[in-house]
Amino acid sequence: MRILLEKRSEASTLMAISSPFIALGLTVILGGLIFALRGFNPLEALYVYFIEPLTTVWSIEQLIVKATPLVLIGAGLSVCYLANVWNIGAEGQLTVGAIAGSAIPILFPAWQSPLTLMAMMLCGVLGGMAYGAIPGYLKNRFNANEILTSLMLVYVAQLFLDWLVRGPWRDPQGFNFPKSITFEGWQLLPTISGAIHLGCLFALIAVIVLAFVMGKTLKGFEIRVAGNAPRAGRFSGFSRTRMVMFCFLLSGGLAGLAGITEIASTVGQLQPQISPGYGFAAIIVAFLGRLNPIGVLFAGLLLALSYIGGEAVQISLGISDKIARVFQGILLFSILACDTLILYRIRFLPRHAAAAQPAE
Amino acid sequence: MKKWLVSAAIFAFALGAGAASASAEKVKACWIYVGSIGDFGWSYEHNQGRLAVEQELGDKVETVYVENVAEADSERTIERLARDGCAIIFTTSFGYMEPTLKVAKKFPDVKFEHATGYKTADNVTTYNAKFHEGRYVIGQIAAKMSKTGVAGYIVSFPIPEVVAGINAFMLGAQSINPDFKVKIVWVNSWYDPGKEADAAKVLFSQGADIIVQHTDSTAPLQVAEEQGKLGFGQASDMIKFAPKAQLTAIVDHWAPYYIRRVNDVINGTWKSQSSWDGMAEGTVNVAPFTNMPDDVAKMAGETAEAIKTGKLHPFTGPITKQDGTVIGEAGKPLSDGDILGMNWYVKGIDDKLPQ
Amino acid sequence: MDMFYAVALTIMTAATPLLLAAVGELVVERSGVLNLGVEGMMIMGAVCGFGAAFYTGSTGIGLIASIAAGVSMSLLFGFLTLTLVSNQVATGLALTLLGLGLSGLIGEGFVGQPGVKLWSVAGIDPLIPGAILLTAAVSYFLFRSKAGLVIRAVGDSHVSAHSLGYNVIAVRYLCVMFGGACAGLAGGYLSLAYTPQWVENMTAGRGWIALALVVFASWLPWRAVVGAYLFGAISILSYTVQTFALGIPSQFLSSLPYLVTIIALVVISGNRAMMRANTPACLGKPFVPDR
Repeated sequence: MRILLEKRSEASTLMAISSPFIALGLTVILGGLIFALRGFNPLEALYVYFIEPLTTVWSIEQLIVKATPLVLIGAGLSVCYLANVWNIGAEGQLTVGAIAGSAIPILFPAWQSPLTLMAMMLCGVLGGMAYGAIPGYLKNRFNANEILTSLMLVYVAQLFLDWLVRGPWRDPQGFNFPKSITFEGWQLLPTISGAIHLGCLFALIAVIVLAFVMGKTLKGFEIRVAGNAPRAGRFSGFSRTRMVMFCFLLSGGLAGLAGITEIASTVGQLQPQISPGYGFAAIIVAFLGRLNPIGVLFAGLLLALSYIGGEAVQISLGISDKIARVFQGILLFSILACDTLILYRIRFLPRHAAAAQPAE
Repeated sequence: MKKWLVSAAIFAFALGAGAASASAEKVKACWIYVGSIGDFGWSYEHNQGRLAVEQELGDKVETVYVENVAEADSERTIERLARDGCAIIFTTSFGYMEPTLKVAKKFPDVKFEHATGYKTADNVTTYNAKFHEGRYVIGQIAAKMSKTGVAGYIVSFPIPEVVAGINAFMLGAQSINPDFKVKIVWVNSWYDPGKEADAAKVLFSQGADIIVQHTDSTAPLQVAEEQGKLGFGQASDMIKFAPKAQLTAIVDHWAPYYIRRVNDVINGTWKSQSSWDGMAEGTVNVAPFTNMPDDVAKMAGETAEAIKTGKLHPFTGPITKQDGTVIGEAGKPLSDGDILGMNWYVKGIDDKLPQ
Repeated sequence: MDMFYAVALTIMTAATPLLLAAVGELVVERSGVLNLGVEGMMIMGAVCGFGAAFYTGSTGIGLIASIAAGVSMSLLFGFLTLTLVSNQVATGLALTLLGLGLSGLIGEGFVGQPGVKLWSVAGIDPLIPGAILLTAAVSYFLFRSKAGLVIRAVGDSHVSAHSLGYNVIAVRYLCVMFGGACAGLAGGYLSLAYTPQWVENMTAGRGWIALALVVFASWLPWRAVVGAYLFGAISILSYTVQTFALGIPSQFLSSLPYLVTIIALVVISGNRAMMRANTPACLGKPFVPDR
């Protein structure tokens, strides 16, 4: 038997909606099997993983907070990838955004006004943009592949942050431990309700704006042309170098905003480690969301749920972090595999029958 | 399918409720680890402590742990533990300090224990171990055993605990050989076997013949074993990895502390404090002395005993700093505060600390 | 052992796993597939290699097991991206997540157990020259053999390769498996030769560096050797410089390998015609045969 894909004449709307559910069904079966094999009650595990986090207000808030940086970064990256610009260094841009934004409260600790917060956010965005501009510039000026440069710059940014918080920006009252002063008042984002802070709103706005830009404006058209038909783009007078720079500035700026948002909410100070890899996880979010800003919003929430669910099964059932991670991998694989159904029909053919098909 | 999910949910609820009522009298003790319990270093040893609590207190306690919790994202995890009915929560990394305090404010009835930090509250205790005591002992052994008079020292990050360790090692070594030298390599990671092995090889090629590490993997010792050099284990007894190279190891042993504190919660006698145990309390141990002549082992044993009984304090004044200034009064140990925030080297160390 | 030799040897052992994984990924990318799951295949190779050697006492069997582990992971990737045409970037990243979790599960019993070390002569284990020989073989294969021509054709234009009668999907499957084998072997090298032990996450990001080196090499095998050794050498020299206690922040020294790689890439990339000629035009693009 072999598997044959047949391209649909147009993307199936039915499948676009139902494929996530088929994927979920697949995950439930495969994941349940893994839990069962390790000696856990699969139904209970699946309940704690997927449903329990959605049953209390507290954990729904946490879910939104966790999804915020993923959505912010993922939205920017989705534009990049649509235009065939391979920024995989969002983690570095996030780090520099966090550093630049934190410069305000660390250098001017006494400055307390709504302007402080605005200045922090602005610096965060600018920091991320500036750091994103480096691989963009190297690409445009020297033709240096952005996959390598943006990735390598992640490590450089993290080491720079490490040096800062252990050296010049160390909290003078902190017993020489590697951390800055803790931020307070207008150095932190106000909360809207419970744990949900203003940064979550930023993510939502970013998604709406990008969805509008991509769907309704010339810029959005230009971006899609740059990705699908670069030659056609050149003929219509769209500049490739400006597109590369635009993508890096946009995604870098959003990553920087995510960085300073995290600092000014969840973390509350500058420290050697400020992100559990949001910049990398956001790459998955961008693709899970099918490079569509609205899709990114849902993908970000789903990935956040898989983190929170993984934590929940560890705490409630003693299922180890490794099983949770394997489960997360299965979930992602199922979703990616089922997305095939949107564009293709799958046919299972006996091998000889396939061979007997006349060539077209 | 929806129906099926709902029935599954109800089923799971019933199960959960059953489990909760069965363990009503048990005290729930919870741990959060920065690394994986399979790192055979820092998080591994804390988890060994947890297992010891389970074994010692049996039915009276139920333990829960979460591993690989990023410091930047730990507040939610800690709060989740508090919400889940943990009576005492051990947060075992320095970076959990602020999140622990924030959550503790919201849950005044839950006891929090933060490892290696310095901020306490009514329901937040700090605890740490005097690792430098063990390092003084191995400094003496290194000075006795080294032929070249140079030790290689692999370090992670310049935090006071690590700096105090280097200084204690050097003071121990200088008490035997005043001209002893130490070469230092920062690998900027707690835990990367490859990098640690590379650093060990570089240090051996630079004339060191004994390796000391303040990183978590067994790689440096394995390199020593291969090259016929000597070294010391870190956090766990690593003799299995280097039967011919390990002289001794500084072993973290959190079990006595954890058992004591969980017992305090059970008996209602838990109080906020800041605890800094060392060799006397059994938190810091030295593994059996191996691969050395009897007289060296005897000397090391005596030093360890003197530290345990309080006769010897590794940081006894006056101590000359690298820049020539002198700290501490003659015959008196440095204050705990001086050691906890140490950011200077003693004279004779050839490295520069980031300022 | 004199100092120079010792340092050279350290550089070689640091570079070898990077080179092995990079050469494998290079072939994968030459066929037009981008597999970002190198880290995941590598860590699975490390744990399975360690386990097999641990139970049998034979490093040979260990290395075979690590290759098998890498191939199995790559087949999973192949099934999703080639048969089901899922997105390659996302699938590769998911593969890394899965590998990190699965290896931790498999390796639970190996923690704290000393491993078996691969034999070596004067500090040189067979995989150090082996990785270079592999590069030579891959280079010959890609540029001097018919099969290599087919791979490059598939990577540059899968539509024309298909219309010429080549089975694009089959070629890509084989290349992905080769990449998996190399990544698995690189992992096995870590847990059997570099640092004979198993600890979780012991690859510590080396799979990512290998991916970057493929780009650095501009898809030319010999340049991968230069890249891997350059990266290894700068890392080791940054430690050596530290022992002289010059007061340079260690974070700056640690970031040197990354900075030097970027600068070297910038210098190399100036030759646009050469870069264009060597970049697989269909990299990362899915292919579905009409029938």
